[in-house]
Amino acid sequence: MQALHFDIAHMIDALVLMMGFGLLYQRRLRSVLRTFAFQATALAAAAAWQAYIQEAPHLYATAAIALFFKAIAVPMALNWLVQRLGIHRAVETALGVGPSMMIGVVLVALSILLVLPVTENATALTRESLALAMSVVLLGLLMMITRRNAVTQVVGFMALENGLILAAVGAKGMPLVVEISIAFSVLVAMILFGIFFFRIRERFDSLDLHYLEFYRGERQ
Amino acid sequence: MTSFVLQVVQTLLCIALAPLVTGLVRFVKSRLQGRRGPSLLQPYRDLYRLLQKEAIVADSASWLFRFAPYVTFAAVWLAAAMVPSFSTEMLLTPAADLIALVALLGLARFFTALAGMDVGTSFGGIGASREMMIASLAEPAMLMMTFTLSLLAGSTAPAIIGGFVVGGGVGLEVSLALALAAVVMVAIAETGRIPVDNPATHLELTMVHEAMVLEYSGRHLALMEAAGMLRLLLYMSLIACIFAPWGVAQPGAGLGGLALGFVAYCGKVAAMAVALAWFESMIAKMRVFRVADFLGGALLLAVLATIFLYVSEAV
Repeated sequence: MQALHFDIAHMIDALVLMMGFGLLYQRRLRSVLRTFAFQATALAAAAAWQAYIQEAPHLYATAAIALFFKAIAVPMALNWLVQRLGIHRAVETALGVGPSMMIGVVLVALSILLVLPVTENATALTRESLALAMSVVLLGLLMMITRRNAVTQVVGFMALENGLILAAVGAKGMPLVVEISIAFSVLVAMILFGIFFFRIRERFDSLDLHYLEFYRGERQ
Repeated sequence: MTSFVLQVVQTLLCIALAPLVTGLVRFVKSRLQGRRGPSLLQPYRDLYRLLQKEAIVADSASWLFRFAPYVTFAAVWLAAAMVPSFSTEMLLTPAADLIALVALLGLARFFTALAGMDVGTSFGGIGASREMMIASLAEPAMLMMTFTLSLLAGSTAPAIIGGFVVGGGVGLEVSLALALAAVVMVAIAETGRIPVDNPATHLELTMVHEAMVLEYSGRHLALMEAAGMLRLLLYMSLIACIFAPWGVAQPGAGLGGLALGFVAYCGKVAAMAVALAWFESMIAKMRVFRVADFLGGALLLAVLATIFLYVSEAV
């Protein structure tokens, strides 16, 4: 029974990771936001499942926070922003979908190589979930690097934070206060990003951050 | 002796069942789209009608054009007969390994593409070149998936992998789920289903498989169509055999076991046909140039499956 519990936990973790790859695969802003909502839902499921197998009721609160804020509120707010700014056309990528997915696989391999020596004494089960969570973090980072559009960069940031929560719920004894404060700081960040979107747009008539480079004199 | 009889039954069963599966997919799809749709038996009638008709061959066609449908059909039929469906006790089961299946399907594809180019029409050439592009991306993904399964189960034979899965050799392994996702994506591309190719269209900009067989008529076309139907059934049997091997009759099973295996097999194939129809109704066809990303995704999933085998220490 124990083994089955852990297997299901890993399946849900792997689903979160797959959604991370889904974010890299999608080109349209709308699809990116939808995939992000799926990822947050999978994260909520992972937290709820951990709450059940660890018998830690406070993780249900984490799951609820993930579900309400990250799977519903943030995608809705971003959708509204995209609608408002009228940018629901194709995402511009600095790097093509194929190469960025390949780098993604390399990052997964890297996170596994990192996790293996660190967790020599841990069981294979902890090791697998840590490796999965770390990969999600790195994929979020990759998304922030490879995308030019400010909205997709924010989605990358949120995906990175999903990976952090995933690592936290897998570890035993993570206090709820920490998780709540992370969740709320992300919300605050989200509001700040929203204001910045409007400011950037006012200044450059576009959300393509590529224009910032001209402004800073990095490119002529 | 039993294995010989079962093999004959299996060989006849797959050719008898393949048009029905295609008919079921079309039927469910038309119901989902709010149409009444043709009868389930329509593909049988289509094949019968085509067999009655005269085969017209273009002036510029060589012997290859006439030869290709027979090779294609024979290769796909043999491949479909090799995959254990309701019992693993069959004459060809020891020969059925995933690499041999890939090779047989590759042979069929090679001849179809050659025949598409043989007549010299531009559509045939377009279809052949697209088919080869898809194949060159799908085959690595398929082989990588085979590699993962062979690391896990110690064999590339579907029957042995299925036995390993059903025998509790693995739990719910992340690698298996990733391999399943990869093989489903490859199967969608190889059987020419919707996001990659539309089996119901003759729109020149998008067709792949239809473009290659455009010049065929009569019995040649019937064989090509039957090969397409068999290919769909083959991939369904393969997925059922490896990833859902429950109920399959093991060697030495009695008549009851075989009947159970048969019912389970029909149920699994029907469920997959309904799922395929639902999926095809939900999604739009992608541009030909996006296919590379789609199949790259399949390859990536297969690679991830291998990587995760090492983390979970299943190797």
